[in-house]
Amino acid sequence: MTKKITIEPVTRVEGHGKVTIQMDDNLNVTQTRLHIVEFRGFERFIQGKPYWEIPVLVQRLCGICPVSHHLAAAKAMDVIVGAGTGDGLTPVGEKMRRLMHYGQMFQSHSLHFFHLASPDILFGYDANPAIRNVIGVAMEYKDLAVQGVMMRKFGQEIIAATAGKKIHGTGAIPGGINKNLSIEERDSFLKGADPLNADKMIEWSLAAVEFFKGYHKANAEFLDNFSYFPSNHLSIVRKDGALDLYHGVLRAVDSFGNRILNDVDYQDYYKYIQEETKTWSYMKFPYLLKFGKDNGWYRVGPLARLNTCDFIPTPLAQKEFEEFKAYTKGKPSNHCMHMHWARLIEILHSAEVIKELLLDPDLQNTNLVTKGTKQNEGVGLIEAPRGTLFHHYKINDNDQIVMGNLIVSTTNNNHPMNNGVNFVAKAMMTGHKEITEGMMNAVEVVIRAYDPCLSCATHALGKMPLEITMVDKKNNVISRKIR
Amino acid sequence: MKLEKGKILIYGYGNPGRQDDGLGNLFVEEMQKWAEENNLDYLDFDSNYQLNIEDSERISDKEIVIFADASVEKIEEYCLTKVFPEPNQIEFTMHAVSPAFIAKLTNDLFKKMPAIYLMHLKGYEFDFKEGISENASKNLNNALNLLKLLLSVNDLSKVFFNLERACLTLNCYN
Repeated sequence: MTKKITIEPVTRVEGHGKVTIQMDDNLNVTQTRLHIVEFRGFERFIQGKPYWEIPVLVQRLCGICPVSHHLAAAKAMDVIVGAGTGDGLTPVGEKMRRLMHYGQMFQSHSLHFFHLASPDILFGYDANPAIRNVIGVAMEYKDLAVQGVMMRKFGQEIIAATAGKKIHGTGAIPGGINKNLSIEERDSFLKGADPLNADKMIEWSLAAVEFFKGYHKANAEFLDNFSYFPSNHLSIVRKDGALDLYHGVLRAVDSFGNRILNDVDYQDYYKYIQEETKTWSYMKFPYLLKFGKDNGWYRVGPLARLNTCDFIPTPLAQKEFEEFKAYTKGKPSNHCMHMHWARLIEILHSAEVIKELLLDPDLQNTNLVTKGTKQNEGVGLIEAPRGTLFHHYKINDNDQIVMGNLIVSTTNNNHPMNNGVNFVAKAMMTGHKEITEGMMNAVEVVIRAYDPCLSCATHALGKMPLEITMVDKKNNVISRKIR
Repeated sequence: MKLEKGKILIYGYGNPGRQDDGLGNLFVEEMQKWAEENNLDYLDFDSNYQLNIEDSERISDKEIVIFADASVEKIEEYCLTKVFPEPNQIEFTMHAVSPAFIAKLTNDLFKKMPAIYLMHLKGYEFDFKEGISENASKNLNNALNLLKLLLSVNDLSKVFFNLERACLTLNCYN
C-alpha cells in the first residue's frame, strides 16, 4: 500500500526543495520525486483587479525574478490595450523593455555562474560543502568572486534605471513604458568607472565562457555524462530563428533537432501546451498536447534556447554558439551540465545586447506609449532567466481581470528536474541504505543546473533547505538528510 | 567622532506585496522620513526584495550597517542583534543570502568590516496583499522608536555604544 506524501502548508511560506527516493527490498531505486513548492493562489488573487495594475502586482509573486513577471504581464496587457502582440510598441518602448530584460538576464545568470556553479567547478562536486561555496571562491579566487559581485551590481543598476526602482518597478505599462533613458544614465553604463561599464562586462563575460570551456576540456566525461537524458526543448525564438529573450514565436524541437512545434504564435499557446496535475505535487507538469503526457514534456532555459534557435544575433556570442553547436554536431545538446555553458553564452550575448541598446539613440525618444482597440484577452511570453514564462489574462467590460493563468519557468522544467534527480538517485543510491554527503551533493548539482526558483514566496528569516528522504517500499524512512 | 555623510546605512529587505514580509522595507521608509525631517545626513538608506551578493560591495564603505527584516522567529515584537561574519549560513539556492553571509563576503572580498546589526521585526501574515497586519504595525512602531533614539546623535562612538547596549538589553531569544 502506498503512503501519501503530504507537503506541509508552512513550506509555502518558507520555500524549499524536497526529494523523496523510494527503494525496494534489494535497495534498487523504484521511484524518485522532487517536490518544489509553487504557490498557485496568485491567479485567484488578481481576479477583480484592474488590468493596468497587473504588471506591478505580479511582482509580488517573486522577489527573485520580478522583472520577468513585470514584463510578461506588461506584454499581455499590450495585447489588451490594442498595442499589438509584441511588435506594436514605439521603438523606445520596446528597447527600454529589452534593456531592462537583458539587464535582468545578465545579473541573474552572473549570480548563478559565479556564486552557484563556480564553487562546484573550482573545488569539485565532491568537495566539502563548507568549502564548496562562494565564500570558498572568495578566499581562493578573489578576482572571480569580485567579478561576480560587480556583474550582478551592473545588471541590477540597469534594472533600476529602466524599471524606475528596485522594488515593484513601474517601468513597463500597458502599451509601452513610463520613462526613457537619460543621457546621464546611458553614459553611466557606457563610460562608468572601471569596472562598472559595458565594455568591461563584455570582457568578463567572454573570460567566463573561456574559463568554462577550459574546465569542460579537462572534465568532459563528467560534464557530458552526468544526468544526460534526451528530451524535447522549447523556447521563443525571433521570427527569423535568432535567439531572442524578449519576444518571438514559440518553437520546440525533439532530442534530435526535429521541429515539433513550428514557430507558432504564442497567443495560441493553450492549443499546444497543457498542464498535468499529480496528486503528490503542488507543481503542475506541462507538456506538448500533440505528444501526450509521457512524450510531450520538454526542457526550457538556456540549454533549450540554444537548442531551438538557429543563430545568435551578436558577434561574440554567435562565435561561441557555433562552437557549442559543433560539439554535438549541430544536434541539440541533451547534456544537463551543458546548461552552464549555454548560460554563459547567454551572459555574453546579454552584455553585447546591453551595449548595443545603450548606443541606440531611440532610448532617448519621448514617444513612450502605443494604444489601439481594446481586447478582452492577452497572452505575454518572455524568456526569463530560468526559461519560458507564460502569462495569460482575460478581462471583463469593467476592465477587471476575470482569468489569469501563469506557467512559470520552474514549472516548465518540473518533469526534466524530476528526471535528473531520478538519474542521480539510480546512479548513486542503488545498493545504499544511507544518504551520503556525495549523494546529497549530486542531487544538489543536478537541481541547481536548472537554477529553479524555490522561493516564489516570502523569505522571512528562516532556512530554505534541501531535504532528501530515502524510504522503503512501505514508505518507512530509511535515511534523511537536510542541507 | 562626528560621522561623515551616509556612513550609517539602514537597509530593509522583503516583499512589500506579501503583507508583513514588507516590514523591513517599511522600516526604512519611516526611518528615511525621520532622517529627512531632522537633516540627519549621516544616515543612508536602501531597500530591496532580499539581500544578495552585490550588497557586500554596497556596505563596504560604511561604518555601521543596520539591516531590517521581517521575522517568523520565536521573538517578542522585535529585537536587535549583532551580526558576525558567518560562512556557513549558505542556503541551497543562493537566490537570497543572510546578513551574516554578506558580512563575511564584505570582509573577504573588500577587506572591510562595518559594525553590522539586524533588526528582527516580528511578522504574522504573509499573504498576497499590501499593507502590514495590526500586530506587525505595533512592532514596527516600537522598533522605530528605539532606533530613532539610538541614532539621534551624530557621533560614531556613541551610536556604536547605543547599538551594542541595545543588543545586550533586548536579549532577544530569552
